[in-house]
Amino acid sequence: MNKKTYLCRCEDVTLEDVHKLIDTGVQTFEEIKRHTRCTMGPCQGSTCRNVLAGEIANKKGMKVEEIDIPTYRAPVKPIKLGTIAGGESDA
Amino acid sequence: MRKSADAVVIGGGTIGCAVAYNLAKKGFKNVVLLEKKYITSGSTGRCAAGFRQQWGTKINCLISRASAQIFKNLSEELDYEDIEYRESGYLLITYKEDQAQMLEKNLKLQNSLEIPSKKLSPKEAKEMIPHLNTEGMVAAFYCQEDGHVNPFKATFAYAHAAKNLGVEINTYTTVTGIKTNSNGASSKRKVTAVVTDNGTIETNLVINATGPYSKFIGQMLGLSHPIEPERHQILITEPMERLFDPLVMSFHHNSYCQQVPHGGFIMGYGNPHEPKGLNYQHDWTFLEEMAQKIVFQLPILKNVRVVRQWAGHYDISPDGQPVIGAVPEVEGYYLSHGCGKGFMLAPMIAKLTSELVAGQETSLPIDILSIERFKKGELIIEPAVV
Repeated sequence: MNKKTYLCRCEDVTLEDVHKLIDTGVQTFEEIKRHTRCTMGPCQGSTCRNVLAGEIANKKGMKVEEIDIPTYRAPVKPIKLGTIAGGESDA
Repeated sequence: MRKSADAVVIGGGTIGCAVAYNLAKKGFKNVVLLEKKYITSGSTGRCAAGFRQQWGTKINCLISRASAQIFKNLSEELDYEDIEYRESGYLLITYKEDQAQMLEKNLKLQNSLEIPSKKLSPKEAKEMIPHLNTEGMVAAFYCQEDGHVNPFKATFAYAHAAKNLGVEINTYTTVTGIKTNSNGASSKRKVTAVVTDNGTIETNLVINATGPYSKFIGQMLGLSHPIEPERHQILITEPMERLFDPLVMSFHHNSYCQQVPHGGFIMGYGNPHEPKGLNYQHDWTFLEEMAQKIVFQLPILKNVRVVRQWAGHYDISPDGQPVIGAVPEVEGYYLSHGCGKGFMLAPMIAKLTSELVAGQETSLPIDILSIERFKKGELIIEPAVV
């Protein structure tokens, strides 16, 4: 059985990946995002953002409120280009 | 943070990191890089991850060709993981006769400079990308040796190699001033130190590689650089199976779209009415217009979902061309800007900048890229910009 702990399921980022990056000097959530693509998948961090912030805070001995949460970007949920362009329903 | 340095590079984008690396490689023992946020937080990390050589001025062709060749072996040179260099090609399409003529003229220039671009008929373009709407298309132009590089990885690679050569990289450090001295009214001012929110570094060399923030650094020296930030918006879709290789650039729509190795389609367009100034907000209008443009060009993408949109900036000079070189008013102060093409030209811009700073002869004749050209009115007009 695979004992890895997945924090970001869209981009397969594990707790071990995050710890390793912090150990090598990558310190902030924004930087971890650029190194691993965490929160950049189809869910856009809606399932993993808080979990990641919690684990980064744990590892660094900080409070979650002190963690730099990456910017929330539109759209809230994925939309088809055809729907945005007009004339099609998003089935 | 170090108290003194042989050279201080301001800006942690690709150009800044590459300048720091190149200086260290040349033997500068003590180089410090200052970045206000984190590495790639500015224009680099917001760009479209493409590089092309299909330009309409000789200097852009030469710099882009040299940059592409550096990118090709960069992972090895910097001893870093795969930076996702892919010769996936750029396909420039046009639905207008006059644009086709402009691109044909550029093609001749490119070929004369050993860039292997070629003209395609709409039928040949359709064979290359069966999903392409070629109705009304006049011509297409293609270069196989254009393509994709991951901007995050390339920049981290330069930063990694720079650190290994002794460069000190200070992130989350804001430059608040640059000190100069002058031995009298007639003599030229000289850089003596860079002041940050985390201390002062004594130095006689400063390289401004801050892209859209350039003029704010200039103001610290009482100078007004005519380089303005201009917002550009961009979006990415969910990842899909590989649909096509080349980046499709439409001069008619002022847009581009490529499927990155990760699988998502990244796309954007230049808004001719975009006001100058810093603005990181994204808006719905962009999403709507971009969707319409791309569904026209590549109808198959209508069923692909947008997951994210964001905004970044071009650093726009009066002629839109790179600004590289010493600033005559202040000794020891240099500019290193790609002006909307910073990421793709970074490897060569950084090499040329480091040659200038080291007082060496440059690998390419870049006197024409000095900021002095704007005072003299010697603008370089590049016709093939999106």
